[in-house]
Amino acid sequence: MAERERSAAPPRGGIFVPRTTVMDADDLRRAVTRIAHEIVERNHGLEGVALVGLQTGGVPLAQRLAEALSEIDGTDVPLATLDVAFYRDDIGLRPVIPEAVTDISFDLTDLTVVLVDDVLFTGRTVRAALNALNDYGRPRAVELAVMVDRGHRQLPIRPDFVGKNLPTRFDEQVDVSAEGVVIGDVVRGRKP
Amino acid sequence: MKHLLSVDDLGADGINEVMRLTDSFVEVSSRAIPRVPALRGKTVVSLFFEDSTRTRLSFEAAAKRLSADTMTFSVSSSSVNKGESLRDTVETIEAMGIDAVVVRHKSAGVPWRVASWIDASVINAGDGWHQHPTQALLDCYTIRSRRGALEGLRVAIVGDIKHSRVARSDVTAFHALGADVVLVGPPTLLPPSLDGWPVTVAHRLDDVLGDLDVIYLLRLQRERMTEALIPSLREYRSVFGLTADRVARLRRDALVMHPGPMNRGVEIDAEAASDPRSVITAQVANGVAVRMAVLYLLLGAGAELVAPVPELVANA
Repeated sequence: MAERERSAAPPRGGIFVPRTTVMDADDLRRAVTRIAHEIVERNHGLEGVALVGLQTGGVPLAQRLAEALSEIDGTDVPLATLDVAFYRDDIGLRPVIPEAVTDISFDLTDLTVVLVDDVLFTGRTVRAALNALNDYGRPRAVELAVMVDRGHRQLPIRPDFVGKNLPTRFDEQVDVSAEGVVIGDVVRGRKP
Repeated sequence: MKHLLSVDDLGADGINEVMRLTDSFVEVSSRAIPRVPALRGKTVVSLFFEDSTRTRLSFEAAAKRLSADTMTFSVSSSSVNKGESLRDTVETIEAMGIDAVVVRHKSAGVPWRVASWIDASVINAGDGWHQHPTQALLDCYTIRSRRGALEGLRVAIVGDIKHSRVARSDVTAFHALGADVVLVGPPTLLPPSLDGWPVTVAHRLDDVLGDLDVIYLLRLQRERMTEALIPSLREYRSVFGLTADRVARLRRDALVMHPGPMNRGVEIDAEAASDPRSVITAQVANGVAVRMAVLYLLLGAGAELVAPVPELVANA
């Protein structure tokens, strides 16, 4: 989860307290490799496939997936990043400020777009991303790759490629970084 | 943040936040379909008691690109001509259900009064000689996008400082971001007192021309001049105008700026306005993106900076 978002939740900021490591760096690497193979398999190669990482957690994952795909298939897939802030449905309910500038430098029309994010939770970010993609063209298909599916969907959205299915409580927090996946809690208070 | 009335409301952090957000809206504006649904269902009214082309259109374009609804109030065809007071006019408009009012008025302080009467957000689009915060923001953004930052830059604001709300807002903003500001103009066109202004003053443009990073020319506001403040336009041009000859003496990486509308042949020659170092049209283009950022901060992201966040938003 993004630093800014974390500092904004719960009211007046909170501190992430890690509890359990559910995937270490090696697990993460193996999951990325497997998802990359699944993407190649599902699409019968990489012809017309593009990766779009969602800011901010999905961006480094999309980068790693692109590297893995390049190793497997020898092709460099187009890579873009998307910030969905302006498409969210909770604008005005919580601080919604983009983390970074969207960078989609190619037309998505007739491409198979693989959206990449770190954690799939309520599905609202993906809903916003689907809306945003429309403004950059009409993809042939959109697929969804996530490192962690933690459940609690509020919309009819399902992932195509999953690193790990991780049952969680609604109020828990899942943190994905290069070092692995950690489950924990956000407690009241400010960062020191 | 509820209102944007003055650059002082923002401070350096606020200006930087607006500029960071503006980067995203520049990207939006560059798309084939330059529109995002961020402010769907919000209504923005432009309430202009003074003439304007770029500021009013710029705000309306900004609101439309955010999917907000816009309404335009034009004084010449309104009940103001039947004697309706400012307060009644504003309260009538608010009763129609609006979220933001963009106000321009010839009297300083009007946006503050309007803000005290209504619940909607108020954006100052120019009040008399006083403030024009979105102009200062777009000027800062334009300089930043060309030079990376304002820190340490030498900026001259040239001309009719006395009647200029742009100068007042720009001085505050440029200084807040670390630029070194020099005001250039005849004593009759400088404010009677510069106490507390973080600036130096020069009375001849040629004295400072060679070491400027930015030369910011102001329009000679003849409609606000009630007495003879300059001997003649020709004499003004010979001392303070950015002529082709002076442009040639600017540094290669200097920027030429003007808030518009230009009096070509008075404060700026046509050659200067079309010089590669001129960023005058970039200022207008950036104006739309900056105003999108301001509207978004006040009506979208800003709402909960007032209200507490309702619940935990883990992984939202």
